[in-house]
Amino acid sequence: MSWRKPSVLPGFGLTFGFTTFFLSAIVLLPLAALILAAGSMHWSDFVHVVLSRRALGSYRLSFGASLLAASINLVFGFILAWTLVRYEFPGRKIIDALIDLPFALPTAVSGIALATVFAQNGWIGRWLEPLGIKVAYTWLGVTLALTLISMPFAVRAVQPALLEVQRDLEEAAETLGARRFYVFRRIILPTVLPALLTGFTLAFARAVGEYGSVIFIAGNLPMKTEITPLLIVIHLEEFDYQGAAALGVVMLAISFLMLLTINLLQTWGRRRHVQAAH
Amino acid sequence: MGAVLPQEFGGDATRPGQHTWMHSIVRWLFITVSLLFLAAVLLAPLATVFAIALSKGLALYLHAFTDPDTLAAIRLTLITALVVVPVNTVFGLAAAWAIGKFEFRGKSVLITLIDLPLAISPVISGMVFVLLFGLHGWFGVWLQEHDLSIVFALPGIMLATMFVTFPYVARELIPLMQQLGNDEEEAAITLGAGGWMTFFRVTLPKVRWGLVYGMVLCNARAMGEFGAVSVVSGHIRGLTNTMPLHIEILYNEYNFVGAFAVASLLTLLAVLTLIVKTLVERTGYRRR
Repeated sequence: MSWRKPSVLPGFGLTFGFTTFFLSAIVLLPLAALILAAGSMHWSDFVHVVLSRRALGSYRLSFGASLLAASINLVFGFILAWTLVRYEFPGRKIIDALIDLPFALPTAVSGIALATVFAQNGWIGRWLEPLGIKVAYTWLGVTLALTLISMPFAVRAVQPALLEVQRDLEEAAETLGARRFYVFRRIILPTVLPALLTGFTLAFARAVGEYGSVIFIAGNLPMKTEITPLLIVIHLEEFDYQGAAALGVVMLAISFLMLLTINLLQTWGRRRHVQAAH
Repeated sequence: MGAVLPQEFGGDATRPGQHTWMHSIVRWLFITVSLLFLAAVLLAPLATVFAIALSKGLALYLHAFTDPDTLAAIRLTLITALVVVPVNTVFGLAAAWAIGKFEFRGKSVLITLIDLPLAISPVISGMVFVLLFGLHGWFGVWLQEHDLSIVFALPGIMLATMFVTFPYVARELIPLMQQLGNDEEEAAITLGAGGWMTFFRVTLPKVRWGLVYGMVLCNARAMGEFGAVSVVSGHIRGLTNTMPLHIEILYNEYNFVGAFAVASLLTLLAVLTLIVKTLVERTGYRRR
């Protein structure tokens, strides 16, 4: 057993065997089926599906709206995290717990609730209507839904990093006469930058794949308000399994890319942290 | 005190003490922006769920739950969670024991693979089972010959839910077991306790809060999953509709009271999940 260190504890064979078996059965084998289904396609068919006008339109919306949502969360995620870490105010603990609501709330519920609030006669939609802003059934609605469901990722990524900012450094800089913005740029930002980028990527990764909350508010018009996951579902409903698998593989490849980016960012953050400690 | 910081560093314009009014403006601004943002994207939708569910009065709200299809959807969601959460809990405990208590090569690859479902679109999580077990899928013909159905039936819903919630318990327990170390377990084994006894009497009490935390989150996702289940369910009313899918049907039929009544149950579940989660965090587990 050279690949593992000896231990007096029992149960490695049982638990390791069960873990790998169950992982293969529930996750890896099904994913392999997806890749093989797309792999069995002729190359030109694959390209035809993946680069069709409708697919390109769905990528533009899915990626555009997800980028926008992640950027909104970059700003508001930082503001929220800052507010929760640095300020004491009544209700702070409740707000802190509420941040995770989009994790816990089923996406179908957030979907119908957002569509209702931002519809033309909804609580918020009716105030935006006279301004000429239509949210429900437009790309704005898609962005809004994606912003909501990816918000906790941004806040929760930045919060622990903000706690680590050395307050004494800030105070020292201020005592030496540095302006607030200068302190922010030279002390706070460098510490939280890896966390901000990690939060951005996590939010983006979650938003790209999101389905439930979007379809209620999107309108789902081909080329205009149709996201890529919905296009996959449409292929499946037409029993075009190969077409669905081809689009699925494209999304899977992007997920892997995101995972890789997140890992690299976190390694970078840790390294910076270690360097800062020395 | 003259040469504090050169001009380019923003020096000499401010002295400590002058900040205070700036600080309070920034503070006020940040808190206001935070609260407004949360009110618009979080609290308004949350309040809408209950406002519309109760808009035609309490009697009609309660009446929505007498609909047999709604009751069937609630039952299906509960059955699914009752199967999926324990199975994924057993998996999570096994994975955490293997990964958290032993050193072996390829560990980080295993952890990444366990986390994989979190990075995958729910639609894809459902689709993989259609590709395997659907009529035109790999095992489709075989299943049909033996008169078995997985897709558009209960097993498919359970498999898709299991896939989506797969990492939840494991990813709580693995770092926790790594962090808590093996000393107590090794002492128990050396003193003659068996493996199972060590697990139940030593390890399980040690990780109990992490276990509760993971199970609660796993349950919330299992009961609320929409995309993956939507792909495999076939949307047969009264048979393969879970609560989230039933919400979609009622909503598309313009039965808003019904849709939001079911949604209100899931919202209460989400709030309950957050409360349990906060209470567990208050025990000192995962305190930020």
